[in-house]
Parts: sequence; structure tokens; C-alpha cells
Amino acid sequence: MTADDVKIRLRNAHKRFRGDQGDVAVLDGVDLEIREGEFFAIVGPSGCGKSTLLNCLAGFEHLTSGEVTIDGAPVGDPSPRRVFVFQEYAIFPWLSVADNVAFGLAGLRRPERDRIVARYVEMVGLQGFESAFPHELSGGMRQRVEFARALAVDPDMLFLDEPFGALDALTRMEMRREITRIWQETGKTCILVTHDVDEAVELADRVAVLSTRPAIVQRILDNPRPRPRDIADPECRALRTTILEVLGVGSSR
Amino acid sequence: MSESRASRASRGSRWPSPGRLLLSLTGVLAFVLLWHLATLGNSRTDIPGPYLTVQGLVELIDSGQLLRNVVASLFRVAWGFVLAVALGIPLGLSIGWYRTARLTLNPVIQMLRPISPIAWLPMATLIFGASTWFDASDLAAIFLIFLSSFFPIVTATASAVASVELKYLRSAINFGVRGHRLVTRVILPSSLPQILTGLRLALGIAWVVVVAAEMLGVQSGLGFQVNDARNNLRYDLVSAAMVVIGVTGLAIDGAMASLQSHTLRRMGQRMGQQR
Ligand SMILES: Nc1ncnc2c1ncn2[C@@H]1O[C@H](COP(=O)(O)OP(=O)(O)O)[C@@H](O)[C@H]1O
Ligand SMILES: [Mg+2]
Repeated sequence: MTADDVKIRLRNAHKRFRGDQGDVAVLDGVDLEIREGEFFAIVGPSGCGKSTLLNCLAGFEHLTSGEVTIDGAPVGDPSPRRVFVFQEYAIFPWLSVADNVAFGLAGLRRPERDRIVARYVEMVGLQGFESAFPHELSGGMRQRVEFARALAVDPDMLFLDEPFGALDALTRMEMRREITRIWQETGKTCILVTHDVDEAVELADRVAVLSTRPAIVQRILDNPRPRPRDIADPECRALRTTILEVLGVGSSR
Repeated sequence: MSESRASRASRGSRWPSPGRLLLSLTGVLAFVLLWHLATLGNSRTDIPGPYLTVQGLVELIDSGQLLRNVVASLFRVAWGFVLAVALGIPLGLSIGWYRTARLTLNPVIQMLRPISPIAWLPMATLIFGASTWFDASDLAAIFLIFLSSFFPIVTATASAVASVELKYLRSAINFGVRGHRLVTRVILPSSLPQILTGLRLALGIAWVVVVAAEMLGVQSGLGFQVNDARNNLRYDLVSAAMVVIGVTGLAIDGAMASLQSHTLRRMGQRMGQQR
């Protein structure tokens, strides 16, 4: 990969937390390069440090040592150029759907803001629910609101931390289709963290497989299959098997 | 939170159903009946029954004393409570949000909190005794009300702010919201349910304390009414005043509860959510 299409570069990233029983090493020398416009997935067992890694990329946490650069510059504070979609719904329960989507648009004039809100509400298929409150929506719809809120500020990249973790299996499959479509429509760089191998196989251009804690990158696997993908097709299943083997979860199929 | 609890909570904020009303009415009637039986044959210098109490009530209404005293008590509670809200919410916000403020102020507040407001009465009389532009005993009573609701408000606000979920703060910061905007756009709305619960509790305490505060020094209010009637050995007027205190307290709490559920509904939340 050439130097200038690298969007995010992580070099020898270490992260430790000071805990009650001494220090906990979470990241133990992670190296990654993520390209502009790419859909990149990071899979690993629960508790291995995936959220920590993403928090460091977003600027919510800081590495103990090593460096993260985005567009060649070290990551500073969180920025609306890089929006985080949380593991649990983080849309604001006290705001309507439209006000949630408009949350990051406070600097704009009213007509402009309304236009953008309408556009992204439509993109995630929530027309007619603009004045509904989050508690009136299903889990899948809430996650759509969160995507619309993130996209409305037109960020360069999205950090997705197990965004479908709280959804039922059917809704999760539907949301994968939606994200694929939205990603193709908007061309954002997406970094997805998940422990769901199928999700990574269906969505990502490349998949980094982490070890158990303290995490290192064990393998990076390419998935050049065109979209929309059927995870039941042989190449996807072969990739799935490989990922599971790297994770150390034996699979005979 | 489970769906059934949510729907139960939202039903609870509407008018009670006929069945529930009937049960409440049965309870009240049973209480009045027991009261009647327990005080059978008593005169008004003794513990009076419901009938004497109602007569006393009519007498208080007719003489205009009742209205005057209810208004006086409400006036003191309103001033004390409003002052407590005006100072308590900002202070609670700072204590909940800033570590330094918490470490500095919390020990003092937690130490002052268990002191009954009534214990402050002598000090309050000293402090406000020199006042010439306002009735000193009135100021002392208002100060006691203020104290009684100030601490619950500070504590409820501080704990609400301290428990604002990290994901809401992080996403707001992610969208570039910082400083005082973070307070108005995220911290206040997300802690509002808990703050409102604290306000309701504080107002309930204020109403209890006003009656005690009015037993010394002041010449009006329901507490004065109780004391004055006792000095004249008119126990029927004492019990009439007690009934008025109870009913007014119930009305105040009802008003507060409907303000609470109205505000929460407007903000897309329901009572019982976010505890
Ligand atoms: N703020 C923190 N303080 C101490 N330990 C933490 C903190 N955040 C995460 N950890 C620990 O780091 C490890 C990795 O956590 P996390 O990144 O959330 O894992 P994952 O997202 O892969 O499930 C866990 O063992 C967790 O207990
Ligand atoms: Mg996680």
C-alpha cells in the first residue's frame, strides 16, 4: 500500500490500565494501516481490547506508548470528523429522532439543518418517525437513528463498536445489508469492531484478527468478494473458517 | 427496564381508574370510622372526633383564619423552596461535575445535612433578628424551609450529574459539544428525571418543616394555628388544622408529580425510567 492512501496508522500501540491488582496490559504492540474509504473489521474474543483500541483511535483514550496517526497527524481530541457509534445505543433519550439527527448540526441555519436531517432520516429509512422518541422505537430503529446522527455531520470515518450487538439475529442481518448500502452510498472509511465473525466476513474489505488480551494483530485477511455478499457462498465460508482457526476456535466445517 | 414497568408507570401518571379511586375512598372512610369510634364521647378539650373536627374547620373557614394561615405557610414554603432550588441546583451541578468542588464541598454539606432545620431556629432568630425591612421571624422561618430543601436538592442533583452515562458524554464531545453547552445539552437533560424526583422530595420535607418552624415566633401560618389553638385548649381547631396540613401537603405533592410527569413526557421519557 502506498504511503498516501493510508488513512489511519497505528504503530507499536501499547495500552495499560491501572487497576486494583496492578497494571493490566490490554494492547501489546498493535500495528495497523487502514486505507481511505476502506471497510476494515477488527475481530477478537470478548475482552481482548477491541473497544480500547477503537477508543484510542477516536481520541477517547490515549495510548500508553506507540502512536496513532490519522492523515499523518497524531490523534488529538475526539472530533466530528470521526464519529463513534457505540456498543449500546447512545442516542439521547430526551430528544426526538429529528433532534437526535440534528445534534451535531447546531452551527447551521435552520433550513440547511432541516434539509440534512431529512436526507439522513430518509437514508436510514425512518421517514414518518421524525418526532418519535427513542423509547418508542425498536432496537434496530434506534441504531438507525445513531447512524443517521453520525452521518449527518459528514465525517471522514465511522468507528463502529459492535453496533449490532444489542439486536436480535434477524434485525442484525437486516442492519448488515443497510450498512453495506450506506457505506457504498457514502464512501466513508469504516472501522468495525466485532466478535461476530460472520459480520466481519459480510461487511469488511479486510479483517484484522486479534489475539486474546493483551492483544496483538495475529493476521490480516483480505475479502475481495463483491457486495452484497452471501456469507453462505464457498469463499466467504472459507474465510470464516480461516478466521475461526486464527482465533483458535476449531471449526471442522 | 421492562416494557410492562414502563406502561404501568405511564398509566400511573394519568387519572386514577374508578377501581383505584374506590379502593382509596374505602381506605379513607375506614380511617374516619376508626377515628370516630376511638374518640366516641370526647369533647373539644379532649382528642376530638371527625364531627367536632369538621365543625372546627367550618369555624376556621368562617373566621377567615384558615385562608390567612394557609397562604402564610405557602408563602414561606414558596420562598424557601425557590431559594433552595436557585442555589441548590447550580451547587449540585458543580459538585457532581467537578472533582475539586466535590472534594471541597461534599464533606461540609454531608455534615450540615443531618442537622434538623429546627435546631437552626435559635441561630436563625439571631441572624435575622436585626432585620428591619422584613419581619424577622418570617425570615427565620423561610431560612429553615430553605435549609430543609436545600440539602436534598444538592444531593439529588450531584448524584444525578455524577451518574450521567459516559456514552452520552462521549458522543456529545464527539460532536464537538463542550463547556457550558455540555451542561445545557446533555448533563441537565439526562439528569433531569432524578433532579425532579429530588425536588419533589425536598418540597415534601419543606411542607413538614414549615409547620414546625411556625410553632415559635411567628403569628401566622398553619403551625401557628396549631399552637394557638392548643394554647386556647381548642383541640377541635388543632385537629382541623392538622387535616388542612395533610390535604394541602397532598395537593402540593400532586402538583409536583404532575409537573414531573409532564416534563418527562415532553422530554420523551416516562416516570419510573432512569432511576
Ligand atoms: N477504563 C478501564 N480501566 C481498567 N480496565 C479497563 C478499562 N477499560 C477496559 N479495561 C479492561 O481492558 C480489557 C479490554 O476491554 P475492552 O477493550 O472493552 O474489550 P472488548 O471490547 O474487546 O470486549 C478488559 O479486560 C477490561 O476489563
Ligand atoms: Mg467492547
